[in-house]
Amino acid sequence: MLQNPSWEDHRTDGRRRRDYRPMELETGLVTHAAGSARLRLATTDVLVGVKAEVGEPLPERPRAGRLQFSVDCSANASPEFEGRGGEALAGSIASCLTRAYASPSALDLRPLSIVPARQCWILYVDILILECGGNLYDAVSCAVKAALFNARVPELDVSSADSGRVDVELSDDPFKLLRLDVENAPCLVTLLLVDSECIVDPTQEEEACSKASLVTAVTAGGLVTAVTKAGRGSFHPTTVASALEMAAELGAVLNRTLTEQLQVEEQIEDRQIRGFLG
Amino acid sequence: MEVDIRLAAERLRQEEATRGAAQLVTPGDTVTGDGGFMRGHGTYKDGENLVASVAGFVRRINRLISVQPLKARYNGEIGDDCPAVQEGLVTSERLCCFPGEIGDVVIGRVIEVQQKRWKVDTCSRLHSLLMLSSVNLPGGEQRRKTQEDELAMRSYLEEGDLISAEVQNIFSDGSLSLHTRSLKYGKLSQGVMVAVPSNLVLRRKNHFHDLPCGATVILGNNGYIWICATVVGEDGGAGTGGYVQNLERVPLPEREVISRLRNCILALAGSWMMLYDTSILYAFEASSKFQARDLLKPEVMAEVADLTRKRLDLEAAE
Repeated sequence: MLQNPSWEDHRTDGRRRRDYRPMELETGLVTHAAGSARLRLATTDVLVGVKAEVGEPLPERPRAGRLQFSVDCSANASPEFEGRGGEALAGSIASCLTRAYASPSALDLRPLSIVPARQCWILYVDILILECGGNLYDAVSCAVKAALFNARVPELDVSSADSGRVDVELSDDPFKLLRLDVENAPCLVTLLLVDSECIVDPTQEEEACSKASLVTAVTAGGLVTAVTKAGRGSFHPTTVASALEMAAELGAVLNRTLTEQLQVEEQIEDRQIRGFLG
Repeated sequence: MEVDIRLAAERLRQEEATRGAAQLVTPGDTVTGDGGFMRGHGTYKDGENLVASVAGFVRRINRLISVQPLKARYNGEIGDDCPAVQEGLVTSERLCCFPGEIGDVVIGRVIEVQQKRWKVDTCSRLHSLLMLSSVNLPGGEQRRKTQEDELAMRSYLEEGDLISAEVQNIFSDGSLSLHTRSLKYGKLSQGVMVAVPSNLVLRRKNHFHDLPCGATVILGNNGYIWICATVVGEDGGAGTGGYVQNLERVPLPEREVISRLRNCILALAGSWMMLYDTSILYAFEASSKFQARDLLKPEVMAEVADLTRKRLDLEAAE
């Protein structure tokens, strides 16, 4: 194993520090979910499903819907995830996503409100990690953004009756659907610290060589909405500053490429779902 | 900076142009209700219907119908392709695990240091064992191991170290007993390990190859392959048989060769081609028109494997 995997901007697999491995994306493969997406990043495989249910909004944000993340690390992904082994990682990915989307400039949840302070749409985002090949956070966040782009929520007709009662009706037209504007949904960019340099999209071998990483949530406009530090090692303040700059640049490119490809996929006529066996 | 996101839908369109749609069945699926077919491997007759007994795809030759399973044991000939992957159905790297034969060269990672032996991971069903009595002490001394040697085991090999060894014996439960009783075996450093399915490594007399591009490749029978820069020394070999690790930085040109070789090996493994010194060298030469990092893209990997296959076929025809 090479001691310093990225010396002179050349990594073990020939990539530069800022290069991502090729990814493959597909949306809409889970037909009974409101939205779904599958993202493969080399050997990392993530499946995300979005389900919409009606519930009560948060008391501090009565005019907005809710987003709830839950992550399941399948035992197929890694022997460490057997039984309850994957719970710690699952919890940290879920909380990282919650914090990334908590910012008001991230995703506007107001269109999801049905009756202010009484009812709203809750989007349950379920993430299943099928295979673990390094760089889970980035793959998960891109798949989540793709699933939210793909999500269609039924439009409801809200009418207030005389006695202050509110009637909520589901429209008869099955094609009357609400779509979320995921333009500003953030993507997570993981920067791994190796010998005071940061590398993006680490493989499992590279992750084993490093003691610390910085996970940043970046929107399409290059805005950083959340920063998490993972690992036992430490960062020098100047390294953190340059890492955040690098993350902002990379995040903007990642978001832009993802949105472009999602729009291309939408334009394909008679798209056949490839799924897992295709 | 490069971010490359593809769509699964576009891959579907490219691939359907090159092959027909495969009929995939699971155990219990009716293959055909027509009684006029002969029953082949993987099927049984249930009344009038022919039903599949394994999970795989249907092969029809005239009036014979058989179901070819996905996880077929590979027999190993130069240039053959595994049938399951020809249909593009299998993508996992870790398809088969390594059973092992006496005399095989393996690369392994030390998992545990136990009393008088090391437990080594060689991608087999059970961890392999490297007994203290099967190693040469540093300096190549041949003597009986004493109590002090037992206590100093960790100074020779620690958890996480990579070694090259040979299979000495197979225990009754199927686990392998390794030995490093030769100067060419020992601790490995300053290189890259690549894992491929073990049945893609051709069984040959020599597994240590010094390639003309300046790298040394050790093709472990267990599917673990070690690539490092060729060490030019008096003995001319990569192994010093010892436990000394050279921790100096490897210069950039050699690292470029190593990473290109790594990507070429993964490209060949991705197209299920046999791995031996000639095929790896041809793949390396075929990949010279691409940058090393472009070899990670699936279409480039397929092209390199294709060019290599054509060159090997041409040679075999001569």
